[in-house]
Amino acid sequence: MIELKNIEKIYQMGDVKVVALGGVSLSVVDGEFTAIIGPSGSGKSTLMNILGCLDTPDKGLYLLDGQDVTKMSEKNLSHIRSRKIGFIFQQFNLLQKLTAFENVELPMVYQGVPSKERRARSLAALERVGLDKRIHHKPKELSGGQQQRVAIARAIAAKPSLILADEPTGNLDSKSGAEVMSILHELHHAGNTIVLITHDAKVAQEAERRILIADGKITSDDKGGEPA
Amino acid sequence: MNFMQSLRMAWLSVISNKMRSFLTMLGIIIGVFAVTVLVSIGQGATANITGQIQGLGSNMIAASVTSKSPVYISLSEVNHLQNANGLGTVAPLISSPSTAKSGTRTQSTTLEGTTPGYDTVRSLSVQDGRFLTQTDTDNRSAVAVIGTDVADALFGSRSVVGQTMQVQGRSFRIIGVLTHKGSSVTGSNDNRIIVPVTIAQRMLHQTQITSIMASSQTNDSVDQGVHTLETFLFRKTHSTKDYTIFSQSDLLSTLNTITGTLTAMLGALAGISLLVGGIGIMNIMLVSVTERTREIGIRKAIGAGRGNILIQFLIESILISLTGGVIGLIFGGIGTYIIGRFMKISLSISPGIALLALVFALTVGIVFGIYPANKASKMRPIDALRYE
Repeated sequence: MIELKNIEKIYQMGDVKVVALGGVSLSVVDGEFTAIIGPSGSGKSTLMNILGCLDTPDKGLYLLDGQDVTKMSEKNLSHIRSRKIGFIFQQFNLLQKLTAFENVELPMVYQGVPSKERRARSLAALERVGLDKRIHHKPKELSGGQQQRVAIARAIAAKPSLILADEPTGNLDSKSGAEVMSILHELHHAGNTIVLITHDAKVAQEAERRILIADGKITSDDKGGEPA
Repeated sequence: MNFMQSLRMAWLSVISNKMRSFLTMLGIIIGVFAVTVLVSIGQGATANITGQIQGLGSNMIAASVTSKSPVYISLSEVNHLQNANGLGTVAPLISSPSTAKSGTRTQSTTLEGTTPGYDTVRSLSVQDGRFLTQTDTDNRSAVAVIGTDVADALFGSRSVVGQTMQVQGRSFRIIGVLTHKGSSVTGSNDNRIIVPVTIAQRMLHQTQITSIMASSQTNDSVDQGVHTLETFLFRKTHSTKDYTIFSQSDLLSTLNTITGTLTAMLGALAGISLLVGGIGIMNIMLVSVTERTREIGIRKAIGAGRGNILIQFLIESILISLTGGVIGLIFGGIGTYIIGRFMKISLSISPGIALLALVFALTVGIVFGIYPANKASKMRPIDALRYE
């Protein structure tokens, strides 16, 4: 369960104040598949950083599973990221020196999961994204689509309460993109809460709820249910 | 995060940049090498010198009259000191540089006139023949005990008992050859001719005894013996400036102080190179932190806390310094061995030095790694992720 109340974030660029978020309120219930859509500069990246506990808002309240994370120290935020957030980035952001398996395992290493369980969960996650044959490959030896699937496996193996996908198909060809989206759908059906951030209305169509953001404000919130 | 994982990460990072890691390590390798070799040489030389001095006669006390005006110490007065308070054997000594001759061969040597106890006091023994006896002294016999250098030079042989040689125009019958002792800090111990003190007095036109060599009665009575000799000499000279007394233990402790200081100085100099190596580690770790900003961002995004990042980079710098330390120690061991053979003294790295060097390397890794590691851990994930 995510609740945002009047979130504001202002950047100071020299003498100019840039309002990245000007009072955003929003709530996402568990199991929802939400897309946040907006052009570049709309504030959607700032929103995603705040949702992902990578950044804190200047004003407002953010409750994640009932916990106020707005005033948390970096130490506690890293703990929240570790337990509750699973990131899927446009750039995949895998560690190049590690194999697919080790990349998937890493968040659980930080969580302190025992190695036997880590291993089982990593293998299960990689199998789920269809990469059980490639667990010892390094990211460089995998295609973009495969790398993104490793990143998805990394996000889900840690069992987060929220999966944050930031333009997950942005760097992929349409076929790989479709594969990634279908995995996200599967995860959604399995009960995961997913927030998808994109500028692409077509990708956003796949979510059950679409939130439009422009100039740091929500302009529409379409809970249209399952897409056609 | 568990330790093995951190270690593995650090290892991956070190081997992914082999040349750079090696060059960074080189500073530590050279530092540890220098520390171990120099300190080992210092310690080996100290042990060597100490051994030599102890070999010159344990518990020895040497007293000499240094006064310009003649001081009359007679043979019988020296004899009265035998077994006096704190003293054991006491032998007079008058010595002078001399030249010994046999046929056409000559040898520059030291003539020492003394009495039978001298061999005990100076830890001398004869390998062939006999030492001086009381009869030799009483009869003023022209007999000599010679060192191996003299025997070699004059006769080309060490079986020379019964042969004769000339010292300053006087014929001497050789009655004994001293056991070979080798050289020490004070020069060769084998280049000497020992004759009865009575004949030396006559040859050198000197009736007074100028030096007294004594051994203390027991290991603990050295100070007492020194005191006895001091009382005797003060009574003779009436001035503390007119004589010197030193004991073997004085000499040893003085030398130990000197060599200890030298060893410490060598170690400290070598330690500076280790410090420079540490600065090299800090430098390269700072570069590494900047290069891996994005990696740090990713790690933080997927749940790494400050502590995880700190430990990871710290382990990396410790890995570099400790690996360098071990390599340096291995080369130090080899170097010490080679130098030892070259200097013909037995040298080895003591476990204490090895441990010290490794602990020092470890400390350098921690001290110079903590700043870069801390810098890495303090990066804001959002900034780190944006870094290209």
